[in-house]
Amino acid sequence: MLASGIKSRPVYGRLTSNPQARSNIMVADAEGALAVLDMVADAPDGFWARTHILYVPGGSAAQDHGAKLAALAPFSWHESPTVPAMLPRLRALLGAARMGTQLYLAGTEPLIGEGIRVAGEFGVDHAGVRTEHRGSLARRVQCVHCKGITESVTMSIVPCAHCGRHLFVRDHYSRRIGAFQGVMIDAEKPGDRPPAEELYR
Amino acid sequence: MSIRPRSSPVRVAEIVPVTPFVKRFRLAATDASPLPRYSGGAHIVVEMRDGGVVRRNPYSLTSSPLHDGDYEISVQRAEVSRGGSVFMHDRVRVGDTLAVSAPVNLFMLDWRARKHVLVAGGIGITPFLAQMAQLSAEGRPFELHYCIRSPERGAYREALERCFPGHVRFYCASKGERLDVTQLVASQPLGTHLYVCGPTPLIDATLEAARAAGWPGHNLHAEHFAAPPSGTPFDVYLQRAGLRVYVGEHESLLEAIEAAGVEVPYLCRGGACGQCETAVLGCDGRLQHHDHWLTTADRAAGRKIMPCVSRFDGRELVLDL
Repeated sequence: MLASGIKSRPVYGRLTSNPQARSNIMVADAEGALAVLDMVADAPDGFWARTHILYVPGGSAAQDHGAKLAALAPFSWHESPTVPAMLPRLRALLGAARMGTQLYLAGTEPLIGEGIRVAGEFGVDHAGVRTEHRGSLARRVQCVHCKGITESVTMSIVPCAHCGRHLFVRDHYSRRIGAFQGVMIDAEKPGDRPPAEELYR
Repeated sequence: MSIRPRSSPVRVAEIVPVTPFVKRFRLAATDASPLPRYSGGAHIVVEMRDGGVVRRNPYSLTSSPLHDGDYEISVQRAEVSRGGSVFMHDRVRVGDTLAVSAPVNLFMLDWRARKHVLVAGGIGITPFLAQMAQLSAEGRPFELHYCIRSPERGAYREALERCFPGHVRFYCASKGERLDVTQLVASQPLGTHLYVCGPTPLIDATLEAARAAGWPGHNLHAEHFAAPPSGTPFDVYLQRAGLRVYVGEHESLLEAIEAAGVEVPYLCRGGACGQCETAVLGCDGRLQHHDHWLTTADRAAGRKIMPCVSRFDGRELVLDL
């Protein structure tokens, strides 16, 4: 059922340090912390002393990833309970940042998507953001009919959390709103829909 | 897809000396239909018929893009002219008809920027005049850093101070003032875009400083004001046309091919846009690349050339034209 070959589907890389950057803002959630920790070998001297880290433990709350990140002795460090709770801090950091600041996003797609969306508000081009996907494949999905966002979607077909329409989750992605697009599957024949599959665990 | 700018006739409505070396030309439509709109940073290619020679030079539009109306270009009389700027200065009169292409913008503002920093050297001020009209009207944060040789050679200096107070800073070489590009790029807020237009050393120094300070490539924009360089004359064989063409010392490969009646798509005529990219079918000698388009790998492979600015030195050059 996966629609393929859609260009807007984001592609993520591996986190590598930008040696040219004067300062760094690193945002991670859940297992994204491991991507940050994997950078340690590659990071140049003094890297962490010019790096801000924001972390949302999420599904990895039971691990001690946060303590390991704090042990890197970054310039600043903050743990937030949720991605929305973290965003005001990210905005504050971006608002005060100078050119030569590198943004890194590691973890789930919603975390990366929200980070890129917020960075865009500050004139930061998505192509310059370094990203690595780790952990859950769960998606933010926008219902193209009612425009409501359904969080943590692992199934396609999925009922819209706002209007209840049954949505086929497409790979068609909006950077502006940081969400995949969900379209009503049984618009022509109400009730005629294939079984839901767990595609994005 | 190849684009060839359609040319349309315009009447020279006004010629104003701006400095001893720069003249502004106002170009008006020859009929009631308005000239196409454009955005700040756009240029037109002006076609001059100088006896039997057709000269085509790109000039940035300096008029405000906010309103329909006439086109204005500012032409500096080149110290070593290939003919175009001297023709514009000495031969063109009010009331004359010239042909101009539709506007093309290869030096666009990125409107997502939180701030725009414009760096001009000399006549490189021209694209910024139109851009600043737009930035100012939109209330966007911007600053212009304008390097000039001497006060009398700083085109539009007074007008800039008057129209954009607090947004412009001049660096006058004759007074020993110079722009510290390293300092300039070190203190800009995140989301700033930098635009530079002027002599190659200024462009290179600015871009190099920005990259060294960790600026991503997407935030850097440059427009080279390079006329095609002169060089040793050479012959070129156009395979499809079955023509052998002589390229003189002061004409470009593109100009020589056009004069022989073979059409090549072009937009910028300055080695920047990539439109005139041509396949090299045979090369017994050395390609002299002067463009900003081909990659290092392209150059190493030696199978492409940008005839608008690049030349050849050797025994035989065969092009897929």
